Amino acid sequence: MHIVFYRLVAVFLPLTILEILCREHVIKPLILPAPSRILLGLWSVVAKGAFNAAILKTLANVGLAIVLSIAVGIAAGAAIHRSRHLRALLEPLFSTYYAIPIYAFYPLFIVVFGLGDAPQVLIGFMLAVVSMIVGTLAGLDSVPAVLGKTARVMQLGPVKTLRSVTMPYAAPYLFTGVKLAVAYAFIGVIGAEFIMSGTGLGYEIRFAYDNLDNDVMYPLILLILIIAVAINMSLDRWDRVLKSRRERG
Amino acid sequence: MVIHSPIHVSLRGVTKAYESKLGRTHALGPIDIDLRRSEFVAIVGPSGCGKSTLLDVIAALIPPSAGLVTFEGRPIGNTVPDGIGVVFQENACFPWLNVADNITFGLRRQSVEKPEAERRLEDALQLMGLQDFARAFPAQLSGGMRQRVCIARTLVMQPRLILLDEPFGALDQQTRLLMGDELLRIWRATGATVLLITHALDEAAMLADRVAVMSARPGKILEVIETTWPRERDSQIVSMPEFGAITARLWTLLRAQSMQALRPEAV
Repeated sequence: MHIVFYRLVAVFLPLTILEILCREHVIKPLILPAPSRILLGLWSVVAKGAFNAAILKTLANVGLAIVLSIAVGIAAGAAIHRSRHLRALLEPLFSTYYAIPIYAFYPLFIVVFGLGDAPQVLIGFMLAVVSMIVGTLAGLDSVPAVLGKTARVMQLGPVKTLRSVTMPYAAPYLFTGVKLAVAYAFIGVIGAEFIMSGTGLGYEIRFAYDNLDNDVMYPLILLILIIAVAINMSLDRWDRVLKSRRERG
Repeated sequence: MVIHSPIHVSLRGVTKAYESKLGRTHALGPIDIDLRRSEFVAIVGPSGCGKSTLLDVIAALIPPSAGLVTFEGRPIGNTVPDGIGVVFQENACFPWLNVADNITFGLRRQSVEKPEAERRLEDALQLMGLQDFARAFPAQLSGGMRQRVCIARTLVMQPRLILLDEPFGALDQQTRLLMGDELLRIWRATGATVLLITHALDEAAMLADRVAVMSARPGKILEVIETTWPRERDSQIVSMPEFGAITARLWTLLRAQSMQALRPEAV
């Protein structure tokens, strides 16, 4: 109970201070409107439905990037886990992967894939897939050899072993990969929409920024924040349920 | 019929060698031994002599480099044959499943009818004293309880040959004695042939009808000692003078081998 109280204080105290500073014009409305005004603005943006198409476009692209990165990440992780040589070759590259500024390749993606959704999905996918590969490798590494032997004693074939023993054991690690992949896919897609796109939430925020339209820009930023936090918190909750069974009660 | 032969498992000239960059390592054998039906045999030997490798070969988990293993008259191939159950030293419980689901895991994979699976589960829970823990998860159990779950999971498959690879190695001495009593009870109740791999001489002397003593690597059978215990026995035999004599005999055979395993250059 105490921890929930302190958590609420940690969120609402800075917001209250910000609200006072904005209302007292210590922070000018042109720079940042009061949080309560942003919240009302969000309600108005959602109620009008003017950005529904942009919201759907962004969520669809993020969803596609997530699904692709999970599927490719698990398959690639499993393949790399099986091949010692491939692993020795690629593993050092994974640790330096996030040092690469992937957005720098955006012009190239546009040349190759055009101005549609593909470059945005590709950037989201590229940011997300490596966390899924690393999560899969960590998960498969964690499976004790004795469980593999147990599966063989129970006469399970390779596919049944993977489905009934290896994957369930590795699930918490895979889930960590999924959580990171979701976060990276959001960052990748919305970031790409910001830089060069004609649709999506990132584009709408940039458009509002270019026109000094704070009544749209801040509510949309808040909307992205709420969506990302809500998805991450639900995944986190699911993760805790999954782990609670395995930890000593 | 072959299945009624008194010889349940037979090993002839079984060896195991591993190839590596450093060359060929001769890990085991040649081993020649027969296990009689419903017999309790223990194998003791110094660390690294190949005891667990021998168990893996019998279970068809690894192929022998040479020699022949037969189970119920049939040569063992690349897959674990029906009728063999293995309990390992390490915790082999599935942490995402509760005790009941762990125990019935193999039954579900073999599509055993639900009423039959439930009957076997109830029997196993009762035999292993796990009735109150059917819905508990492995993480909520002690090491001894988890090992009981693994034994129960093996028993529900109704194996005719139970291979135990140092199953009580991680348990304290009192728990090991009590688990030994339970193992004897299970052995009598199921009529299965049991092969126990252990480094504990007292455990081998107390539980087995025969104790095979292995040499340091490459492990060979030095001698097989008959304990002559009655089938109805329990851990109280540790106070009998014969128990001391058997343990002493085992140690006499193993002392030089254990020293060789510890300091190969000094012997």
